Amino acid sequence: MPATEQPEEQAEVSRRGFYAALIYGMWSAIVTALSLPAAIYLLLPPKLRKAPEWVEAGDVSQLEPRAPVEMVFRQNRVDGWKILSQKTTAWVVKLSDTGVVAFGPQCTHLGCAYHWDDSRAEFLCPCHTSIFAIDGAVVSGPAPRPLDRYDVRVENGKLLLGPLRESKGKA
Amino acid sequence: MSWLDHRTGIETAIRNFLYEEIPASSGWRQVFGSIAVFLFLVQAFTGALLAFNYAPTPGDAYNSLRYILTEVTGGHLIRGLHHWGASMLIVVVVLHMTQVFLYGAYKKPREATWILGVVLLLLTMAYGLTGYLLPWDNRAYWGTVVATQIATSVPLAGPYLSRLLGGENAVGVVTFARFYGLHVLLLPPATGLLIATHIYLVRKHGVAPAPGDELLPKKKFYPQQAFRDTAAIFAAFAILFVMAVAVRVPLERLADPTDTTVAPRPDWYFLFLFQTLKFFNGPLEVVGSVILPGLAVLALLLVPFVDRGQVVRVTRRTAAFGVAALALLGWLGLTVAAVATTPKTDNTVEIDFGAPTDWMQLSPQELAGVGYFRKENCASCHAVGAGKPRVGPDLSNVPIKKTAAWMIEHFKRPAAMVPGSSMPAIQLSNAQLNALAAFLLKLTPRNAEALSNAPDFAVEAALLYQSKNCGACHMANGVGMKIGPPLNGLARRRTKTWVAQHFANPQALSPGSIMPPYRFSSREMDWMVAYLFTLPD
Repeated sequence: MPATEQPEEQAEVSRRGFYAALIYGMWSAIVTALSLPAAIYLLLPPKLRKAPEWVEAGDVSQLEPRAPVEMVFRQNRVDGWKILSQKTTAWVVKLSDTGVVAFGPQCTHLGCAYHWDDSRAEFLCPCHTSIFAIDGAVVSGPAPRPLDRYDVRVENGKLLLGPLRESKGKA
Repeated sequence: MSWLDHRTGIETAIRNFLYEEIPASSGWRQVFGSIAVFLFLVQAFTGALLAFNYAPTPGDAYNSLRYILTEVTGGHLIRGLHHWGASMLIVVVVLHMTQVFLYGAYKKPREATWILGVVLLLLTMAYGLTGYLLPWDNRAYWGTVVATQIATSVPLAGPYLSRLLGGENAVGVVTFARFYGLHVLLLPPATGLLIATHIYLVRKHGVAPAPGDELLPKKKFYPQQAFRDTAAIFAAFAILFVMAVAVRVPLERLADPTDTTVAPRPDWYFLFLFQTLKFFNGPLEVVGSVILPGLAVLALLLVPFVDRGQVVRVTRRTAAFGVAALALLGWLGLTVAAVATTPKTDNTVEIDFGAPTDWMQLSPQELAGVGYFRKENCASCHAVGAGKPRVGPDLSNVPIKKTAAWMIEHFKRPAAMVPGSSMPAIQLSNAQLNALAAFLLKLTPRNAEALSNAPDFAVEAALLYQSKNCGACHMANGVGMKIGPPLNGLARRRTKTWVAQHFANPQALSPGSIMPPYRFSSREMDWMVAYLFTLPD
């Protein structure tokens, strides 16, 4: 009796399709409910525990104009569940009578430590020969942007440093 | 045949897996094994995620777990899934075994499958035992002290076993490293291997048929049984997810080997063993700690060799039902007895160190300010940090910082300081207004949420602290006088009972003390002592 068999076969096919849809639907829900929180857990930044604080870097009252000085100071840094007090450096330059700038200690290319070359009056990076002018601007080399600067404040001749800001502008 | 299948055979393998033949009587009762495998994978996944933010050494373990709970986005959910997943896995594994036991599915030729299952049950329990220590809070520490002491009491092997677990002298860094190593390095591959062998044996012998199945045509696993497994896994996962979101997994304070007030308890699924131990004292203790549990495991292993009769309908397996019911009753009785005998004292105020605890840094005066802020209903007109804008200004974000004197004047006569203000005057004493101002001056958008999360017991205690003027003699969190001893670090110096007795009669415990006695209600005493113990060192 082929006439009765056919609807049965069709019913069997649609029943299979129904089961398949439910199976796929439920597994997608489970996989989403696991992978989405995992992505959030791994990729979103943790909550900020400490507001950035101002730290004293040193005395700037005796600073010669246009003579960069490397200042070493201790700074608290949040590292995961720890707060570390670690040594940090800044290149401090008195550009004018009123303006003191403090550059972050790393080259903006790949993070090597650069230094001030007195004879050339420029900042030199030893890794890929990036050269920066005394105001942080890129003179030559692969550095993509000027040197990063700390927020600065001078109180009673003491230099206070805030967070390090990524510099804007191009090479 | 596709290109991929030609090279890897993956499609054929999947097809063989999905179109496995199963007996006609197969149904919902066979879903537990699949749920157990799924939950094991969830444990492996969430465990790996936790390990990415976890430092497995005492001290750091606790701090990194707190970091996961309070700072990492979604950390609470991941830990919740792992914690409740462990309990759920125990439940599902036991349900799986019970089903197999009731239906007699362990009979010839499936004895090896059953034995592997028993070993997998023991491994699941081993995860529970080793994982319990890893938060390194007080509960974990003391629970493990008891567990390692039990290992020491094993005849002959005791000292070696205890040395193996690193618990020879005391629970410490070595124990921790051993437990962590077992939990994440040894147990997972062992479990994976045994699960694979277990499933291989199930496939080799086929799903156990029920009497009458031989007369009926076999079914395919896909789609109907595959749907049942999926639906059951989905339901289990939904329950797990809701628990992870809604039920807090508390984190107690850091493990403290000098704490004399804790009543160590294992996790709920070990309570029956814990209770069994209580019936045996002195030289007989080994009966409860080793011999009885050992015999129980042996009995489980021997089940397929004792019951060797023909497979009969499940409804005629009255003996199996009787044994299972007895086991359930025994387990329930022991667990209930253990729960009933857990002392409640000293635990009336529970502090969850997994929640933000910024409020612990506040001085009692500031914390009392939180209390006045809540009692005066300031939040009905003022937003604090996040929240929808209200009538009054957002207090965490006032553009110009005022002084305390200005704020107190403003509280008394709002319109005089801010012309046109519709704020009603606050009817509090000067000292109370001072506290309120001190709290408001501390507010920033960043800490507003944490400050408003200060638990009620601490706020009530701080209000009491203010009204009794404790700060006139004692210093807490850097505020107060130094006539009496500073209150920070009290938890390290004294027990809770000592402090409570000292309040009632200071001279009895500290001869020569000039502190007057304080009569607190028992609730007030609980709040006060618990609060003083939260003051950081």
